[in-house]
Amino acid sequence: MKKSYKIDVDCANCANKMEQAAKNTAGVKDAVVNFMTLKMNVEFEEGHDAKAVMQEVRKNCKRVEDDCEIFL
Amino acid sequence: MSKKQKKMLARILIAAALMIGLHFVPAGGMARFILYLVPYLIIGYDILLKAFKGVKNRQPFDESLLMAVATVGAIVIALTDSGDYTEAIAVMLFYQVGEWFQSYAVGKSRRNISDLMDIRPDYANIETDGKLTQADPDEVEIGSVIVVQPGEKVPIDGIIIEGSTALDTSALTGESLPREAGEGDEVISGCINMTGVLKIRTTKEFGDSTVSKILDLVENASSRKSRSEAFITRFARIYTPAVVYSAIALAVLPPLVRMFGMGLDAQWETWVYRALTFLVISCPCALVISIPLSFFAGIGGASNAGVLVKGSNYLEILSQTKYVVFDKTGTLTQGVFEVNEVHHNEMDREQLLEYAALAESASSHPISRSLQRAYGKEIDRSRVTEIREISGNGVTAKVDGVDVAAGNSKLMDRLGVKWIDCHQSGTIIHMAVDGRYAGHIVISDIEKPHAREAVRALKRSGVEKTVMLTGDSRKVAEHVAADLGIDEVHAELLPADKVAKVEELLARKPAKGKLAFVGDGINDAPVLSRADIGIAMGAMGSDAAIEAADIVLMDDDPLKIAKAIRISRKCLRIVYENIWFAIGVKLICLVLGAVGVANMWLAIFADVGVMIIAVLNAIRALFVKKL
Repeated sequence: MKKSYKIDVDCANCANKMEQAAKNTAGVKDAVVNFMTLKMNVEFEEGHDAKAVMQEVRKNCKRVEDDCEIFL
Repeated sequence: MSKKQKKMLARILIAAALMIGLHFVPAGGMARFILYLVPYLIIGYDILLKAFKGVKNRQPFDESLLMAVATVGAIVIALTDSGDYTEAIAVMLFYQVGEWFQSYAVGKSRRNISDLMDIRPDYANIETDGKLTQADPDEVEIGSVIVVQPGEKVPIDGIIIEGSTALDTSALTGESLPREAGEGDEVISGCINMTGVLKIRTTKEFGDSTVSKILDLVENASSRKSRSEAFITRFARIYTPAVVYSAIALAVLPPLVRMFGMGLDAQWETWVYRALTFLVISCPCALVISIPLSFFAGIGGASNAGVLVKGSNYLEILSQTKYVVFDKTGTLTQGVFEVNEVHHNEMDREQLLEYAALAESASSHPISRSLQRAYGKEIDRSRVTEIREISGNGVTAKVDGVDVAAGNSKLMDRLGVKWIDCHQSGTIIHMAVDGRYAGHIVISDIEKPHAREAVRALKRSGVEKTVMLTGDSRKVAEHVAADLGIDEVHAELLPADKVAKVEELLARKPAKGKLAFVGDGINDAPVLSRADIGIAMGAMGSDAAIEAADIVLMDDDPLKIAKAIRISRKCLRIVYENIWFAIGVKLICLVLGAVGVANMWLAIFADVGVMIIAVLNAIRALFVKKL
């Protein structure tokens, strides 16, 4: 399953960090952060609840880049 | 300006004013330190906080840490030695100005580009009891009737059931000439209705409509990263820690060598200052921001010209294209058969066409239809009797009681009629009327108006070889190729043969050049995906084409291929300019900083100045009109 989320982040490097953090979250198969359109496309692994996974993703992103937001 | 940007601007102004004001305050020692700390904290508190959090979360190597270390270091030097605090504040100030400018410029170009692609309709008019109500396009069901007034966008794909108008398709195709449309015509969403009121029966849901598909595509395009972008990401990941360690080495090693190796004074302040300058210069933001921005602007500019590029990586490959392989029908030619000539006719041309059209009236084959079109009048079937189709040969019938035969040379041989061969290529329909040869009709697929120009434009933009693949007969293929100036032709190919031919060409092409295949996307999906880059024609509503191709030409105009290549070249040129410029200036300044020629001010230019120039340069990729 794939979903797209709006995000807010200030710099391109921070966006890259968010992408890494999202990719390393359990339940996420692949994640792409697009700094230019401020969107995060997340592909979830089978059998994971998107909402719960996204909470984790947000937590991990906040850890690497304090000044970011994912609108869930 | 966003709220964040306004707040930042206020902080910048206050800190700058305080810094200038403090210049005139005669204070020394601790008091001076505390006074200067005020503007420093106003401008830099968030950076310090971020750097601290970064260290706490074990993600220490980023710009914030660089800036925090550099400025705190400068303050310590000022406190113990020079008393010049302005440098630390100025570094922070200029860094923030740079950040502010970057966020403003990126926000601005983000908006510019999305305005450019502003084809999303906000509402659909639905008529209920004679009154128009505006509905969310998402909620309109298939088969509903929507009303589009002059000046409005067509929100959903459909068929016109009432009214006629001129449609402005420029947002979709880049084509400035309006398209006429009337009752029974299909319209795609995203066009602007210019003159008349239209009633449209929708044939798709909003989500499946052309406009949604295109927006989806373009928005996700820059998510597919190019090699240069991937390079920059990797580069930044290694670069920042490397710089931090070199700075530490620069601060510690030379003084130690001086002290113990050469017996000189250690000069700690000098070397720490140099190390800090080094840190400021080294911020990778100019690269990290400008490369994706260039691609984003390039993709935006291309889509404005009617070329959809599905990802930055494709833009990169396109710029290296050396071989362009075309499919013939539907790509270089219109895929519509037309009567070109009538030869050796003794009776009137019109009358011969009338006989042919009537004899073929029972068939729906494209050839028969082209005859009927050329005849141009209503066909009265009652005039035709005894129609016999002879498979692979043609048709015989009685028209107004006269024997008519229309078909190929085999049919003529079979009927024992002497026929005259034609010197032209195309499909030849020989006619026999009342048992006598009555001439032949030449039917051929016509070339697209820009096809010849397109091939020439490709050559001019540095494409080494153009190849045409077709399932058509050799004679027709060679004729078209010669007419258009194509270098190499392979005719009479089955779809599977096309894949094999493309593979052969892939093996033969120069190692660095890329091969692009251009097709109409209908039966050449495997070839589109086999080529380095697949360019599809006929995107207007054809899902298969959008699916299979990497690049889609919205208006089927082959001339756009050369334009797309030029757009991609410009974009990539800008990317490389930025990479070389940013890395070059930084390396020079790093060396100058390490040997002590560069001071903090030059360092700030190397960081912020370079970034601003790179961002401005990146935005150039958006302008593709004159290419």
